[in-house]
Amino acid sequence: MKEMTQIQDVSRFDRIIDRYERSEESLLAILQDFQREFHYVPEEGIRRLSEVMGVPASKIYAMGTFYKALSLTPRGRHTIKVCTGTACHLKGAPQILETLERELRVKRNGTTEDGEFTLECVNCVGACAMAPVTLVDEVYHGKTRPSKVMDIVRKQVEG
Amino acid sequence: MGVINSIEQLEEYRRELAATAKPDLPTVLVCFGTGCQANGSRLVANAFMEIIKEQGLQVDVNIGIKTTGCHGYCENGPLVALRPQDILYLKVKPEDVPEIVEESVKGGRIVERLVYRDKVTDEIVPRYSEIPFYKHQLRIALRHIGTIDPTSIDDYILAGGYAGLAKALRMEPEDIISEVERSGLRGRGGAGFPTGTKWRSCAAVDSDVRYVMCNGDEGDPGAFMDRSIMEGDPHAVIEGMIIGAYAVGSRQGYIYVRDEYPLAIRNLTTAIEAAREKGLLGENILGTGFSFDIKISRGGGAFVCGESSALMRSVEGNVGEPRAKYIRSVERGLYNKPTVLNNVETWANVPEIILKGAEWYASMGTEGSKGTKVFSLVGKVNNTGLVEVPMGISIRELVENIGGGVLGGKKFKAVQTGGPSGGCIPERLADLPIDFDSLTEAGSMMGSGGIIVMDEDTCMVDVAKYFTGFLVEESCGKCTPCRDGLPRIYDLLTEVTEGRGREEHLDMLEELCDLLTWGALCGLGTSAANPVLSTVKYFRDEYEAHIRDKKCPAGVCKALITYSIDPEACTGCRLCAKNCPQNCITGKRKEAHVIDTSKCIKCGVCKDVCAFDAVRIS
Ligand SMILES: Cc1cc2nc3c(=O)[nH]c(=O)nc-3n(C[C@H](O)[C@H](O)[C@H](O)COP(=O)(O)O)c2cc1C
Ligand code: SF4
Ligand code: SF4
Ligand code: SF4
Ligand code: FES
Repeated sequence: MKEMTQIQDVSRFDRIIDRYERSEESLLAILQDFQREFHYVPEEGIRRLSEVMGVPASKIYAMGTFYKALSLTPRGRHTIKVCTGTACHLKGAPQILETLERELRVKRNGTTEDGEFTLECVNCVGACAMAPVTLVDEVYHGKTRPSKVMDIVRKQVEG
Repeated sequence: MGVINSIEQLEEYRRELAATAKPDLPTVLVCFGTGCQANGSRLVANAFMEIIKEQGLQVDVNIGIKTTGCHGYCENGPLVALRPQDILYLKVKPEDVPEIVEESVKGGRIVERLVYRDKVTDEIVPRYSEIPFYKHQLRIALRHIGTIDPTSIDDYILAGGYAGLAKALRMEPEDIISEVERSGLRGRGGAGFPTGTKWRSCAAVDSDVRYVMCNGDEGDPGAFMDRSIMEGDPHAVIEGMIIGAYAVGSRQGYIYVRDEYPLAIRNLTTAIEAAREKGLLGENILGTGFSFDIKISRGGGAFVCGESSALMRSVEGNVGEPRAKYIRSVERGLYNKPTVLNNVETWANVPEIILKGAEWYASMGTEGSKGTKVFSLVGKVNNTGLVEVPMGISIRELVENIGGGVLGGKKFKAVQTGGPSGGCIPERLADLPIDFDSLTEAGSMMGSGGIIVMDEDTCMVDVAKYFTGFLVEESCGKCTPCRDGLPRIYDLLTEVTEGRGREEHLDMLEELCDLLTWGALCGLGTSAANPVLSTVKYFRDEYEAHIRDKKCPAGVCKALITYSIDPEACTGCRLCAKNCPQNCITGKRKEAHVIDTSKCIKCGVCKDVCAFDAVRIS
């Protein structure tokens, strides 16, 4: 909850908005920067963006739900992405995903109760030669095995 | 040099660069493509930097982001290339670096254990250009990848970059268009539409404003050539677009890049800025009076945004939904103005075509598909990576000669081409030439050039279900056949894979597919049936095995398989029992173990940890 109050400070949104031209063309890029900065697109951010740009908030919400790179609910502190592209699928991505779902007790595209992990599926991350690929906070891990994937996650997160 | 004011000055600048370049200076090229970085190339680069600094050697270590883009041979990364010796080292670890510096950089000798070794003859192949994976390739779109530093415009100019533009700017726009037409270049983004024809239609529309755009959305979940080009040779795309803009009369361009490609976005941004500084973008390009600039648009992670009308709506700052097909974007595209949209690889070919001529380009490839195509060869194959070959090469040549055959000596079963819009082609048709028309005839598609090799352990029903599932997720839901039909197909396939399929399922599938092909609004829906129809056509027996015998012959579909341990092969090492999340493996040390199938959740852990290959799936 502490984070929420911080976000309400509109200057944090304005700093991002000001990096771009005042044009509808910039909407998606700004929303993506919100996503990067806050790990989701906060409601206050949408309202502020709507105000500054003079675009209906409903339109921005529609973009928020349409584009997969954006999320309207807060994400976990760490994001684990399982590549479910074709090469990874053939080389065992489904088992990696199931293992993570079971061990972290979370469904795909969900966040653990303690807010620690968000588990996502992504399409080909462009490293098919190392399939199956798992990303922990944007660090690539190739040739992941069901028996090893939790060790990889723990090792990286605990440093 | 600051701004280059004329075509002559560009040539002079190139000569200057050549005069100061030291081609004999030893250079260590560490691949910094996504694949090699994941394999640890950053650590290798650091090790080189350190040792070279320590010893004060005269080596220009091309490292960091300053290194090269992806060589395409990611399977064997981190890759280190040495010039001028033309040596390629594979799977280099930081520990190997002192030896490479001592032996090769200083001593000119080869470190044998790090070079390519032929799997059959066991001979070593130290030369980059002699390795079978590269030897059979003909690189045009990938011409600079792995050899130049993508963040250096000087590197690009030195390698002959912007010479195509210089030539184009001396031509009439009309002549450029006919050159591209005569080259036979067809769009590399999927549909294979003739590029010259597209440009001509756009130029013919009466309008004060025109746009040129580059499609770098690369949605096919098994292809990464566009990523590699944008990361490894961004100026090739930019140069192509400037030529296209001059030909059709456009002043503003856009590159739409997939959000998951941060390195591509970074390298393109750097390249655009460098081109502006040199006067190759912006007002009065090379003093010719022609003005053009490029903006980058980041995608939002939606596959359908790769479709042309959806992409344009997305750039405008809207939800990326496709619109009715009868509106042609060459007439009414971005902001309703005439627009040329081409794929990354298409654009990268343009400068070479202008420079070397239509006849040169058209001399490669087949009757209907000219030039070369980049394929991403992945899946169950020994050498995976990016491969550029002339159109018309057979599937078998690609898989066997370049790909080095199927992984682990397993049986080659099929290739999937064209991503979610394509289909599966069985091994018995592997002599088929790969070109736009042959693949379409066989019920698949060229698509973006993903070639996924499948072996006996790949279940074709599962593959069809996989692609359908992908498309269900990605459908924008605007039209009914796709919104409602696709999930229905997915459900039917799920029933088949779970052993609840009935004989009628196959007919029902075919009917639904038909509906989709004719009724959907955009290409996502109209081609969505291909993965299903092609597998039903070529692998009907596999569907029947699931339906009649309730068996998955490839041992993939979870509901139809059981795990067991072969008592002959099991050594009783207990490793599986220790790792099984269900604790359902029992047995005494040094005695054969047994799985309690009533508790087994088929997680695959036991098979994964067993060093004796004793776990069986049936
Ligand atoms: C659902 C869908 C997704 C597409 N995705 C891409 C893509 O990711 N990249 C691409 O270049 N073309 C894609 N296309 C094809 C584009 O609509 C368009 O034909 C292409 O960018 C034109 O460029 P080209 O003529 O150079 O191939 C897609 C088409 C459809 C129907
Ligand atoms: S075919 Fe599918 S993706 Fe295309 S417009 Fe219709 S619902 Fe949307
Ligand atoms: S890991 Fe393999 S060899 Fe060891 S007990 Fe299990 S099945 Fe037997
Ligand atoms: S598949 Fe998983 S649950 Fe089943 S026996 Fe093996 S390790 Fe245990
Ligand atoms: S399919 Fe996973 S990296 Fe390409």
